[in-house]
Amino acid sequence: MGKYIEMIRMRFLMMLAYRTNYYSGIFIYSINIGAYYFLWSAIYGGQPSIQGMTVEQMTTYVAIAWMARAFYFNNIDREIAMEIREGKVAIELIRPYNYLIMKTMQGLGEGIFRLIFFSLPGMIIVTFVFSLHFTTNVQTWSYFALSTVLSFIINSQINLLAGMVTFFTLNGEGLLRAKRFIIDLFSGLILPISFYPQWAQSAMHYLPFQAISYIPSMIFTESFTGNEAIKGMMFQAVWCVVLIVPIYLLWKAAKRKLIIQGG
Amino acid sequence: MFYMSIFLQYMSQYIKTKLQYRADLFVEFLSDLMFQGVNLIFILVVFGHTQFLNGWTRDEIIFIYGFFLVPFALFASFFNIWDFNERYIVRGEMDRVLTRPVHSLFQIVLERMELESLLGGITGLIIMGYAASRLHLTFHWYDVILFVLFVLGGTFVYAGIFISLASISFWSDARSSIMPMMYNIGNYGRYPVDIYNRVIRYILTWVLPFAFVGVYPAAYFLRKTEWYTYSFLTPVMGVVCFTLSLLLWNAGVKRYRGAGN
Repeated sequence: MGKYIEMIRMRFLMMLAYRTNYYSGIFIYSINIGAYYFLWSAIYGGQPSIQGMTVEQMTTYVAIAWMARAFYFNNIDREIAMEIREGKVAIELIRPYNYLIMKTMQGLGEGIFRLIFFSLPGMIIVTFVFSLHFTTNVQTWSYFALSTVLSFIINSQINLLAGMVTFFTLNGEGLLRAKRFIIDLFSGLILPISFYPQWAQSAMHYLPFQAISYIPSMIFTESFTGNEAIKGMMFQAVWCVVLIVPIYLLWKAAKRKLIIQGG
Repeated sequence: MFYMSIFLQYMSQYIKTKLQYRADLFVEFLSDLMFQGVNLIFILVVFGHTQFLNGWTRDEIIFIYGFFLVPFALFASFFNIWDFNERYIVRGEMDRVLTRPVHSLFQIVLERMELESLLGGITGLIIMGYAASRLHLTFHWYDVILFVLFVLGGTFVYAGIFISLASISFWSDARSSIMPMMYNIGNYGRYPVDIYNRVIRYILTWVLPFAFVGVYPAAYFLRKTEWYTYSFLTPVMGVVCFTLSLLLWNAGVKRYRGAGN
């Protein structure tokens, strides 16, 4: 366990070395959320609510979704693809840790860094400028925290899968890009799932993507309360467990392939 | 003339290498199409819940989006140097570029071109055609010339912004992580800027002039006379942006010292 915590710490310190970059990032992020804020206000026009969400809930949804993204987002899919291509993964395999867990921990270190130096200051600035609705309910906050941790796990799992799949294909770049668009669209980052037509909603219910952004953001804006919030988190937890199976299988297959290449 | 022939040679080499890996090319086309699809779906879903966006109809917004795709495709094919810092400065590749007989930026454009992105322009034209026929827009013969001018203007606005951002890496050793977010901000130029408040409208017009790659030029073809001044400013903004970014680039190259051995 200690070695994995060390991984988190190392990645955190590495990010810290580049922190000046993030101050400009906060500025850009604020413009981003600001523009989104006005775009959604215009979409609402005079309507008090769409699909049960008021304009205030909607803008809060957008702001929190992007801020939470800074935490769960990572590039471990790209890193894995690169390490496999360059053969570095062979050295990683003989080291005394599990490669996939190590990658996830590096992602976590990055996420914690962004949470502290990016999301928190960004959120403070954004709340000063725009009228966002932040709940004072402790339960909502703790649900949201738990839900965001789960969304980090699911997003990392999907990244691990995508990273390993590039191992079997010639070109990873196009595939990883396609994965990003799917997540943007189906995770609820750019649009809450409840805005989609009914048939699309029921299809998405069988996919893990809404666990990444939609559920935590809905919990935060209190569009999901009580039972619904619990149900949402159950959905996330189930996917966390289910996704372990393909990761395990793919990892076994990938390792076998690596031996052939290295021989 | 020399530049032109080098450009054509690089281009033919590029096409040859790409055609070696046809499956790759197909995946790339597909992921480009998905990128364009995501934005279109956003517009369609949103207009499933509302009639007007500050007085603009669904088809007008779709038209703007279609227009945006054309200069964006040109930009993505030739000026997509968002990873300049990592590729050229950190790895010391810039040293090699500086020994080449053409201008350093031109050399990088040659090396980094991605002609497959041009397909996005065709998608854009199709989307525009669809929206235009639903809006019953009529065009004059000189609209074609204006279209070309506006597209080039938009391309150079985009190129100018991203070249300037790349030039920053001559001064600071920051990683290029703001670049993906810049792409996001670029999206906001596709919506009627009068929905934003003054600060954001100002930023999108004069600081990061993304509005000149979307709503301003497209407003001309939608016959929104109140925006004509801005529409006709598009080529001017393109020239200004690009010139400024070139000056910044040249100043940066003068300051460049290489990354060690």
